[in-house]
Amino acid sequence: MTIPSTGLQVPAESPNEGDSAGTTPPARWSVLRNLLRDWAALACLGYVGLIVLMAVFAPLIVKVSGWGPYEFDQSAIDPNMGGIPLGSWGGISGEHWLGVEPGSGRDIFARIVYGARSSLLIALSATLLTSLLGVVFGLLAGYFGGRTDMVISRVMEFLMAFPALIFMIAVLSALPADDRAYLLVLVISVFGWPYLARIVRGQTMSLKQREFVEAAVASGASRRTVVFTEILPNLRSTILVMVTLAVPGYIGTEAGLSFLGVGVVPPTPSWGQMIASSVSWYAVVPTYFLVPGTFLALLVLSFMVLGDRIRAAVDPGGRS
Amino acid sequence: MTRFVVNRVAGMLLVLFLVCLFTYMVFFLLSPDPAVQICGKNCTPERIDQIRENLGLTDPFLTQFWNFLSGLFAGRTYGGGIECAAPCLGYSFQTSQLVTDMIVQRLPVTAVVAIGAAVLWLLMGVIGGLLSAVQEGKFADKFIAGLTLGGMSVPNYVLALALQYVFVVWLQVLPFSQAVPFADDPVQWFLNFILPWSVLAIGYAASYTRLTRANVIDTLNENFVRTAKAKGLRPDLVWRRHALRPALTPIVTIAGMDFAGLLGGALITETVFGINGVGKLAADSITKNDQPVIMGVTLLAAFFVVVGNMVVDLLYSVIDPRVKAGAPA
Repeated sequence: MTIPSTGLQVPAESPNEGDSAGTTPPARWSVLRNLLRDWAALACLGYVGLIVLMAVFAPLIVKVSGWGPYEFDQSAIDPNMGGIPLGSWGGISGEHWLGVEPGSGRDIFARIVYGARSSLLIALSATLLTSLLGVVFGLLAGYFGGRTDMVISRVMEFLMAFPALIFMIAVLSALPADDRAYLLVLVISVFGWPYLARIVRGQTMSLKQREFVEAAVASGASRRTVVFTEILPNLRSTILVMVTLAVPGYIGTEAGLSFLGVGVVPPTPSWGQMIASSVSWYAVVPTYFLVPGTFLALLVLSFMVLGDRIRAAVDPGGRS
Repeated sequence: MTRFVVNRVAGMLLVLFLVCLFTYMVFFLLSPDPAVQICGKNCTPERIDQIRENLGLTDPFLTQFWNFLSGLFAGRTYGGGIECAAPCLGYSFQTSQLVTDMIVQRLPVTAVVAIGAAVLWLLMGVIGGLLSAVQEGKFADKFIAGLTLGGMSVPNYVLALALQYVFVVWLQVLPFSQAVPFADDPVQWFLNFILPWSVLAIGYAASYTRLTRANVIDTLNENFVRTAKAKGLRPDLVWRRHALRPALTPIVTIAGMDFAGLLGGALITETVFGINGVGKLAADSITKNDQPVIMGVTLLAAFFVVVGNMVVDLLYSVIDPRVKAGAPA
């Protein structure tokens, strides 16, 4: 376990080594059907879908709402009051659906819509990269064992002993700010993959001993066939669960790093960054932190609930 | 046992060394020229060269790294006549202070934040977990499960702002925080820390609740608990003597590791609440691009994490001798 805010950890009862290894993977559709029957999971799925759509169609949505994320609306703020939005609730009106930024008058709705882009893009790319690295290295270490395993395990131990959040901050603050998004993904992934690889490694090791793998080896299957057609399909549910549970962590990490000023570079909006800039206004304009905060918390919550439900669905015999 | 300890300590030193090397490399390769930063506006090329010379920035990488390492253990003297005593973490170009001094000054406050939060999250986590394990499947269990999900998904800086808004601005039950020493006004001092403690603790408390619940339920299904029940032991004794200890041991060990890694969380909490601790120091240094300080804090954090892990491992091998047998060094 590490710091929750680094998002590199998986909640307490993550599938342990060998926990669901080798249980017959249920048909894909039954998992989906189980999820659809559950209203909480359905709501979460709906919310995630909404945010994804928002991110994809950001330019269109902003056209409809009328204000772009970089436009300053001086008429919506009160210059005599230090730039406090006019009207109650942070200037929420038909003109500005979620109010305006104090001080600058930028439309919060537009910035939320565009912020979803950076949050999702970074979190999903980081998830993709960590899953790839985690599965490949986990398989290599678990299947080949011996020296390969030793080297990979040492590297994993080293990375997990690192104070990841602080080091990420240090690296990002030292690097030039031009391509922050790529760097964020890279840095998050470098510190993130061991958590998946460790579990994949353990399960691969136990799967390797199973009769069906031995049978495949005895019948002359090549190494590649064994790894890709015998072992990998059995890891499917574990990987699915771990990946779903990793996404909220990375969303939080991206937001946290942006919050600390080493994430997405302004003026590109990001939810974490919006919350960071609301710190000096929280007492006067509470909606300014409430809006991005709520969007962020709900997104993280949705992914966590989905992860839990998927785990329950693919591993019904496992612990709650 | 001795061999196990020696192995662990050697592994720890190796990790620490690598952390030093990596961190140093990152800053050596990436940071802007500190000499230009110190020199300021009225700067001549000769003056810059002079500063570089003083700080040893003209040396090759390995020499610089060696100087840094030996400075950690033996202290070092910079060219300008600046003395830096034994655990020398470097020299902040921007504040003209020694990094070690800056950190040591702020460490007590961070310790207060960290210890208070740890006490709080252990209490909340264990009590919540026990409660939901006892009430498994009933209303209280579901209610607590909802709370933990919420606690895990609200980022702590959002929580910090929300709590501060509700309790300080809106309900006005807590005062705005002012820096007061404990001796002057213990009440105000304590009130200052209530929110930071809670914010830092809530995320951990949520995951500890889940962990405690899962562990207790697992333990209650174990054969030895069934035996204890079957032989007619009073329920409270079954809990006290048989169920709690194996269920809570892993939590204590994880708490050790989390406590050691708390500096990361302190960074955000201290920034939001304006507490002048090590975390805020790091956050401020990021905005000012004061690399030596960031590096110092990184190393300190790594030191805590690595030492924490080792202490936990050693303790665990005392509590549960089976660990040693299959222990990876």
